[in-house]
Amino acid sequence: MNAPSPDGYTTADGRSIGPVLMEMKNITLRFGGVKAITDISFDIREGEIRAIIGPNGAGKSSMLNVISGFYVPQEGEVWFRGARRPAMKPFQVARQGIARTFQNIALFEGMSVLDNIMTGRLTLMKSGLMAQALWWGRAEAEETAHRAEVERIIDFLEIQHIRKTPVGRLPYGLKKRVELARALAAEPKLLLLDEPMAGMNVEEKEDMSRFILDVNDEFGTTIALIEHDMGVVMDLSDRVVVMDYGKKIGDGTPDEVRSNQAVIDAYLGVAHD
Amino acid sequence: MPEQFYFALEVSLNGLMAGIMYALVALGFVLIFKASGIFNYAQGVLALFAALTLVGLQNGQIPFAHLINAVFGTSLHHFGWTLPAVVAIALTAVVMTGLAILIERYILKHLVNQEPIILFMATIGLAYFLEGLGDVMWGAEIKNLDVGLPQGISETIDEVTFNWFGYGFFIDRLDIVATLVAAALVISLMLFSQFTKYGRALRAVADDHQAALSVGISLRFIWVMVWSIAGIVALVAGIMWGSKSGVQFSLSLIALKALPVLMLGGFTSIPGAIVGGLIIGMGEKLFEFFIGPMIGGATENWFAYVLALIFLVFRPQGLFGERIIERV
Repeated sequence: MNAPSPDGYTTADGRSIGPVLMEMKNITLRFGGVKAITDISFDIREGEIRAIIGPNGAGKSSMLNVISGFYVPQEGEVWFRGARRPAMKPFQVARQGIARTFQNIALFEGMSVLDNIMTGRLTLMKSGLMAQALWWGRAEAEETAHRAEVERIIDFLEIQHIRKTPVGRLPYGLKKRVELARALAAEPKLLLLDEPMAGMNVEEKEDMSRFILDVNDEFGTTIALIEHDMGVVMDLSDRVVVMDYGKKIGDGTPDEVRSNQAVIDAYLGVAHD
Repeated sequence: MPEQFYFALEVSLNGLMAGIMYALVALGFVLIFKASGIFNYAQGVLALFAALTLVGLQNGQIPFAHLINAVFGTSLHHFGWTLPAVVAIALTAVVMTGLAILIERYILKHLVNQEPIILFMATIGLAYFLEGLGDVMWGAEIKNLDVGLPQGISETIDEVTFNWFGYGFFIDRLDIVATLVAAALVISLMLFSQFTKYGRALRAVADDHQAALSVGISLRFIWVMVWSIAGIVALVAGIMWGSKSGVQFSLSLIALKALPVLMLGGFTSIPGAIVGGLIIGMGEKLFEFFIGPMIGGATENWFAYVLALIFLVFRPQGLFGERIIERV
């Protein structure tokens, strides 16, 4: 594809994509002697749905963990909103406005759906420890305002009927949706989805795809997602990074990636001689 | 017959009051265990340390006086002031918060992601360190703690009950205060954890560390907060026990009585700690008074542990603990 201009580009379906929000520059991540990611660079633009795909073990999840601060790369730079990001703890990254979901779902199983989603807004709540402890006026007003916002997200993701249910009792597909709701509640500048459709049946996958598109459309949220199911990703995303054995083997629109020989080889296998 | 019934009732009531004391110590355990999965062996010593610091501050004792005198040949003992009880309690609360920060900075931070047994060992180390520190700082003699709590048998209750039932109940006024304070403490802790953002963060951390990180919760901040709260709960327990029987080093041994309380109530439940404490306290006293004489007495030493053992067989998660379900 044509290299996008600094100000952005327009997608095939007419959505306009903004300037670069996050840029990964020459990232290398090692575990002991094993290289999980080798010298990868790519960018994520405002308003975009960006996918990272690749076969199992390609290093996709590692890359997502680098973005969300769970792993610190040995080499390379992470740039976010025009500034280089120093090494950070995951909770600091979250406070910068990067929310995420997990492949294996990390929800607070003992808490209700509503409480789980409310935790997503913790970083947005301003009143201090003493005010909270004594439940001073502002703390209460704040809680009410945040609660209203959370109810809007609950409506949006169609999970009103399970608001009070402890998350531990929900089926897998709904848990995934609650996790998405919690991430959305933080009003993130960048939303990271780690295999949002893993382990779902066709119907659940279609629902989740619709929600991802709606979130991007309605809230204008920039989304980066990982998926190993090619089909789903191609329909969903604006641009795709393809990884294999920790290296980047392709980057471009779904159509470009689909016709890339290295990508076809990685997915279908190729004779090594 | 009614005479004996009233006597049993009086014994139970006194047992309940003693149970409140156990519950106060158990409460500190539960808070830390819930938030970090650490079984804090040092909780009893925290109560001792808080009580020692409180007495020291109140009487204007110079910390490390023995050490300073031994090294420099001086003979310092007191600053020469006495602080009002409220000020001394507030200062001690500050000291306990400072202690929580130090514990996080120098112990917990370095042991993140370690096995629970390693953290448990660390708290044993902490317990002995604090006991020694308390000794060096404030001296080892038994101290009298008086923060102005009412002491002695309540004559009003004695009179009123005598007029009503023809049997005067002997109830210690300090026990009544302890009960009220414990109730207030538990209610405010529950409200804090249910209805504030920090309480929600606390529950989140207790549930899943990774998920908590991903929504922007700082684990270190939460740990400092929990240890501070546990320190302040320890201070309350220290005040009650200290007022009752003087501040002495055997105070740290109450921690061992809190263990059966936790087995009964469940390690992760705040109401469980309270109910467990009450059951142990009451059971202990009733058993001692009615069965004790038949088997030679001194049953208070072991009754709690036997009860806990029986519980472990039939309901290992305790009365209020989370069901242990291993998914296969």
